[in-house]
Amino acid sequence: MTKAFVAGALALCAFGATVVPALADDTIKIGYVDPLSGGGASIGQIGLNQLKFIADDVNAKGGVIGKKIEVIGYDNKLSPQVTLVQVQKAIDEGVQIIVQGNGSAVGAAVESFVAKYNERNPGKAVVYLNYAAIDPSLTNQNCSYWHFAWDANVDIKLEALTNFIKSKQEVKKVYLIDQDYSFGHSVADTVVSMLKEKRPDIQIVGNEFHPLVKVTDFSPYIAKIKASGADTVVTGNWGQDFALLVKAAGDSGLKVNWYTFYAGGSGGPTAIKQANLPDQVYQLVEGFNNIDYKPMQDVVRTYIARYKSEPIYYPRIFNMTGMLFKAIQEANSADPAKFAPKLEDMKYATFASGDEGFMRKKDHQFFQPLYMSVFGALDAAKQPFDEEGTGWGWKPSAQIAVKDTDHPTTCEMKRPN
Amino acid sequence: MLEILFISTLNGVLYGMLLFLMASGLTVIFSMMGVLNFAHASFYMLGAFFGFEISRRIGFWPGLVVAPLLVGAIGMAIERYGLRRVHRHGHVAELLFTFGLTFVIQEGVEMVWGKLPVDYRVPPSLDFPAFTAFSTNYPAFKMFELLTAIAIFAVLLLVVRRTRIGLIVQAALTHPGMVGMLGHNVDRIFMLVFGVGAGLAAVAGVIAGPALVTQSNMAGLLGPILFVVVVVGGLGSLGGAFLASLLIGLLQTFAVASNASLAGLLGPLSPSAKQQVFLADIWNVTVAQVAPILPYLLLVLILIFRPRGLMGRRES
Repeated sequence: MTKAFVAGALALCAFGATVVPALADDTIKIGYVDPLSGGGASIGQIGLNQLKFIADDVNAKGGVIGKKIEVIGYDNKLSPQVTLVQVQKAIDEGVQIIVQGNGSAVGAAVESFVAKYNERNPGKAVVYLNYAAIDPSLTNQNCSYWHFAWDANVDIKLEALTNFIKSKQEVKKVYLIDQDYSFGHSVADTVVSMLKEKRPDIQIVGNEFHPLVKVTDFSPYIAKIKASGADTVVTGNWGQDFALLVKAAGDSGLKVNWYTFYAGGSGGPTAIKQANLPDQVYQLVEGFNNIDYKPMQDVVRTYIARYKSEPIYYPRIFNMTGMLFKAIQEANSADPAKFAPKLEDMKYATFASGDEGFMRKKDHQFFQPLYMSVFGALDAAKQPFDEEGTGWGWKPSAQIAVKDTDHPTTCEMKRPN
Repeated sequence: MLEILFISTLNGVLYGMLLFLMASGLTVIFSMMGVLNFAHASFYMLGAFFGFEISRRIGFWPGLVVAPLLVGAIGMAIERYGLRRVHRHGHVAELLFTFGLTFVIQEGVEMVWGKLPVDYRVPPSLDFPAFTAFSTNYPAFKMFELLTAIAIFAVLLLVVRRTRIGLIVQAALTHPGMVGMLGHNVDRIFMLVFGVGAGLAAVAGVIAGPALVTQSNMAGLLGPILFVVVVVGGLGSLGGAFLASLLIGLLQTFAVASNASLAGLLGPLSPSAKQQVFLADIWNVTVAQVAPILPYLLLVLILIFRPRGLMGRRES
């Protein structure tokens, strides 16, 4: 397989070298490199829908600096190797703006590829806009001038989560259960050390890891959580590992509060409803539909009218494109070398609430207010949006201000020139 | 201690029976036709989606009857028009055929129901806690799962061991020519057996669908563990599969409940700090952390030391 990819990559390189495509002057091409087939396709497709929706909207208003936005999807099958082939293909087709999100391993590959490409091809800069890969290394030891991150990285999310727990006096005993891979471990380790510092009185009564998407029956884990006497569970689980976990909790009648990062992923809301755990599952996000902010809710309504079954899952894509277009306008150029400096340090009224966030110049990490939302029955007058047809939806529980999400970076960025 | 013992045993038995429910059809097809059906998990998924579709229109109980019949019919059609032709080219061709089938069925399911999970609910008539032990609820639906698994085991065993049909089916596997001479339609027997196997997979799907997650990737996620059950039990042995399911269920549940690690077990013999740096990964991993991997370890050990499985009759 690898051989085939390498051969493919070489072939594409040769192709790109001989047939240099003319850069169309009247369009700005955005290459979306994410899984569009296989197991990851359901989430990859949602991101592509959102980008296309935004592009249609902007184009209807005349585009950006008089140019149309064109979104091109490239299927990377969630594999770093395939990704690099696809990124090269996108560049050969005249794309200078690469958007990718799913999988930090994929993100790391794109980040280093783009940095090297720009070093070797001065004058033809490519920029990587990351909307979901949240491994802290992307904006710390491996940070790059050509990479901008819009989702809060793991450290920032956990900083926000522990600052939220700090104020919750009723939290006494915390149980951690996570998937046994890098993300799960960084959630567990960081929560333990941050809680020790911020709330030394909280007891960590369990710190469990289970293999990634291999568990069919979570009831023994639930029995353990119950036996530990925990009042709060923190979990980084996503997908089936989250759905089956809450279902087992609902079956056995375990009553605790769940603090999560991905409970809202596809299937999560359905599982919480089936488990009948109203107002017990919390999710830390940068925005959700039921925040009382009219401009965002109007967009959501238009979006739902067009994509009925595939929800808005990435409010941050709106921040990303909004800031990108603003930078292009300010630079009056779609050349990344010219608009990237405008993105650094940019302040931006976020999509979800209009509250201001900023791009930190030091590591190109976007800082924004985060929200603790809780899933349950809605107040129809104020909270119009339910999830997955369950009749329940995400409701505001607390806003975590930008200053409470601050986390230092070790990034020492090499800037061009 | 008693509490952990009791709850773990109960959870283990419940999980084991769920496994048997899912593996029974696979065993039937293998023991009576000699076909290792890779598409088994796909029939299971079809059962879950058919069950979902019927249950939201008519109700769960009609779904439990109709969905397996439909999937059984699909299975028979696949045997009649696909597998029977492929059969002539030997086992490898059969394997590849059923393997390819899994992708076809998955794509089909995605076209109809999409990639997102569907909201397949436990029927209201079974949506209550059956009993409470040590302040943990045990839902009635899980008890229903348990009883169905035992019932299927009993019926299958009776049919295979005690009825004429079972006799003919078993004879057809080893002496198809002779059985044909005696006036039985061997092809039809195989078609029926494949249909029954697919139908059993669908029963498991209809029942496990609401308990787990009904999604287009559920077949892929389930796959490997069923082969562990069948191989550990002994390829083609119903009793073996039953025993293996229980064993795996209990093994896994008890492992999760345990917090033992090498570091704890060999406490006084701890290696020096320098060695610990290298050993940290193995040294501090708890049994609980590797619990879901233990069945696969068991598979490897069984294949090495007892290749015919717990109750298998043949070496291969």
